[in-house]
Amino acid sequence: MATTTDTGVDFRTRLQTWLPKLVLSPSLAIMLVFVYGFIAFTVYLSFTDSRMLPSYEWVGWQNYDRLFRIREWNIALTNLAVFATLYIAICTVIGLMLAILLDQKIRGEGMLRPIFLYPMALSFIVTGTAWKWMLDPAIGLENTMHLWGWESFAFGWIKDREMAIYTIVIAAVWQSSGFVMAMFLAGLRGIDNEILKAAQMDGASNFQLYRRIILPQLRPAFLSAFVILSHLAIKSYDLVIALTGGGPGNATALPATFMYSYTFTRNQMGIGAASAVIMLMTIAAIMVPYLYAELREKK
Amino acid sequence: MAAASTETAIRSSRFARVLIYLVLLLFALFYLLPLGIMVVNSLKPLSEITGGNMVALPRDWTIAPWLSAWSTAQIGVEPTGLRPYFINSIVMAVPAVMLSTIVGALNGYVLTKWHFRGATIIFGLLLFSCFIPFQIVLIPMARILGILDIAGTTSGLILVHFVYGIGFTTLYFRNYYAAFPTELVRAAQIDGAGFFQIFWRIMLPSSGPIIAVSFIWQFTNIWNDFLFGASFASGGSAPMTVALNNLVNSSTGVREYNVHFAGAIMAAAPTLLVYIVAGRYFVRGLMAGSVKG
Amino acid sequence: MGFLDINNVTKAYGSVEVLHQVDISVEEGEFLVLVGPSGCGKSTLLNMIAGLESISSGEICIKDRVMNGVHPSRRNIAMVFQSYALYPNMTVGQNITFGLEMHGTPKADRDKAMADVAKLLQIENLLTRKPGQLSGGQRQRVAMGRALVRNPDVFLFDEPLSNLDAKLRVDMRTEIKKLHQKLGTTIVYVTHDQIEAMTLSTRIAVMYNGYVQQLGTPKEIYDSPANLFVATFMGSPAMNVLQSRLEDRNGALHAVIRDASGQDIALRIENAPAAYAAYTGREVMLGIRPEAITDPEGADRNARNIQALTNIVSVTEPAGADTFVTMTLSGKDCIARMRADAEAHPGQSFDFAVNMDKAVLFDPKTEDRII
Repeated sequence: MATTTDTGVDFRTRLQTWLPKLVLSPSLAIMLVFVYGFIAFTVYLSFTDSRMLPSYEWVGWQNYDRLFRIREWNIALTNLAVFATLYIAICTVIGLMLAILLDQKIRGEGMLRPIFLYPMALSFIVTGTAWKWMLDPAIGLENTMHLWGWESFAFGWIKDREMAIYTIVIAAVWQSSGFVMAMFLAGLRGIDNEILKAAQMDGASNFQLYRRIILPQLRPAFLSAFVILSHLAIKSYDLVIALTGGGPGNATALPATFMYSYTFTRNQMGIGAASAVIMLMTIAAIMVPYLYAELREKK
Repeated sequence: MAAASTETAIRSSRFARVLIYLVLLLFALFYLLPLGIMVVNSLKPLSEITGGNMVALPRDWTIAPWLSAWSTAQIGVEPTGLRPYFINSIVMAVPAVMLSTIVGALNGYVLTKWHFRGATIIFGLLLFSCFIPFQIVLIPMARILGILDIAGTTSGLILVHFVYGIGFTTLYFRNYYAAFPTELVRAAQIDGAGFFQIFWRIMLPSSGPIIAVSFIWQFTNIWNDFLFGASFASGGSAPMTVALNNLVNSSTGVREYNVHFAGAIMAAAPTLLVYIVAGRYFVRGLMAGSVKG
Repeated sequence: MGFLDINNVTKAYGSVEVLHQVDISVEEGEFLVLVGPSGCGKSTLLNMIAGLESISSGEICIKDRVMNGVHPSRRNIAMVFQSYALYPNMTVGQNITFGLEMHGTPKADRDKAMADVAKLLQIENLLTRKPGQLSGGQRQRVAMGRALVRNPDVFLFDEPLSNLDAKLRVDMRTEIKKLHQKLGTTIVYVTHDQIEAMTLSTRIAVMYNGYVQQLGTPKEIYDSPANLFVATFMGSPAMNVLQSRLEDRNGALHAVIRDASGQDIALRIENAPAAYAAYTGREVMLGIRPEAITDPEGADRNARNIQALTNIVSVTEPAGADTFVTMTLSGKDCIARMRADAEAHPGQSFDFAVNMDKAVLFDPKTEDRII
């Protein structure tokens, strides 16, 4: 009698200890194949002479060697550096400013906050379409200023090889700065009001209060904003396609557009794969230490 | 005296407050303007746009551009309007959102309530997958979709979005369930509930908010995706974003800006609607994706 | 063999052993309290009885059936958690009957059992509410109801009162005791509160650092602590432990301590256990509970050996019913518990009466009581 119930019990207990792993394993398998397996495959391709179709002829570092001698790739890298720096800096400044201003017991905060944040819900293609036209000198802002009588107003960046990359910055900032604002606002709301009161008793002015007490406590928000924005910048693809198509010429090419056009349009899969690997490395250099620190803290 | 009479710790002068409101309103204008101008100009005849002021209200109000964008505009080679692509996006997004949410919920449940060795590493692997540049998987994915014979189909896109959505949904549910009292799970174990019974009867009924976050965030991401759509969908199976880009950047004929705007608003409408109806959850999703604490 | 047997049970995480060779046998109807500071292993032991944590070595048996590896729901136990762990999405009634439902009890029987338990705990009017709408005390009752309805062999309580405010805690304590007396159930109860342990239990296991320091009735634990840890952990204010020297004066053993001014005071010990002899002329730790030091009028009339002690009072703390008087003995604060109207004043000399019947001696090295 006792033995029969015991074996039944044992089976149930064993099943209960295996079920969680069983449930998690499909996801793990998917992840290992579709993420890490695919990464390995792309890395492998980047060392082969693949063109239109994958080939398995090993060519060593040749693709990387050639990649860095392609003018368009170097333009893409320079563009990414300019774009990412400005995008991150301007988003942070605007986001922080709006968050601080909104934190001053503003009437209508409930109205303003969603207005600042809604572009984040839009597709970059929609954003690109809207700004492409706003920035078009013939019908957009420049034309409007002319119609209003400001004849000398000129704003033709989008058609200018030198300046076109900055139009991408404008549209991208428009889309993401509200999100940074939300992150900083959450950080500000998390600061203990009693600390601020104590600092005021100590005679700190508003400016000192922010510089000495509040901003240092927003460190995690700064870090998160930096990580998120930099990975968005490296991944930027849709916005460039919709806003400038990478042009004029290839003046607004970014690594993401370069990879796509070399792989699928120009049939240089080996080079495309190499460029994708460089993109992954760049993101990993930022994300891995961040995620590692985040996961360690939780323990 | 003053400190006691005001609620906020930070005080500012009257002049400063006027300035603050001014700046905030200016920025509100900056964010609203592009959308506002699109709406206004989508209701104008084309002649008013090319010949007139973009901020002026229409003289002749017309919904013709909207009708054209929806059902007759030239997308690629076919004059189908955006309607079939809008439907493609819905058919693609709904199953992908559901699947990734269900799997994410189960993963989050396992990772927080059934500790085992290596769980943190598995979670780290899942988490990193949220942030990879998808360019790194485009080539092998194209081959796998070909092998599975779903290249260029909506089913293929469902698979892609499901696979790359798991990381985020797992992150949401893990963080939510981490704050869910483990004693409840233990009590249910003693009460005799099994693995799935605990999930169904105890965890899920309390997961409303995080399910909303996951639905909304996944829907927004999948609906707005362009890269996968452009890479893996061909012709008639393209999602809305790809179709919109084709409409706007088609090089043939006269550029019908008003139709483009109507199309852009259509592409934006579902996610905007979600944002207006459930903005609270949308913001929570954004935060969960950025601050993992 | 007892009703619940914990035989040489050890718990280790990797190479770290957190629970060492625990050996306790609980009889049917006993109320065993596991008490100790946080991290002592008491909750781990409870979770192992419940089956929520695995057993590294040793055996746990309930009614002579080995429970190692048996699923928690098959052990016929019930547990009341610190946070009550009420399912937030279910009504009180559903909470109480969930376990029966999971075990396949028919609806009619479940409803009957629920009604009985609700009546017993006087929560009939709460059955349709959700836990979120209940007060702390009500949640506590529901949690107990959920445990009672299963009619388990053993009840496990994991610090069930620590989330309640002070007054409610005392009320619920009485209630749990009444319930135990009425139903005669077997209970294992974990707490860090030594007063709960004293008032509720029929037996106490005092735990520290993964070891059971002493297992015994409340009176044994209180009057004859096995070692310094048990002596100072149980009782509030804690037992005074004074450095002293054991001396033989005129054929009688005396514990010699120093007063506030550094003068020796010798307290005579009567009926000394034989083991004391070996410590003559050596340092020992003298343990005296605060209530064994009083004013002469307040001394215990049944005590046989009251010793006088005159010393300077440093602080007095009136606490209503009692007054706590602090003085310095052997360089340390020593607390005496007196009647409220004892005339002790800070800075003044006072005649104390020490009930040496209640004094205990500890070995300063091993910290074990000398017997």
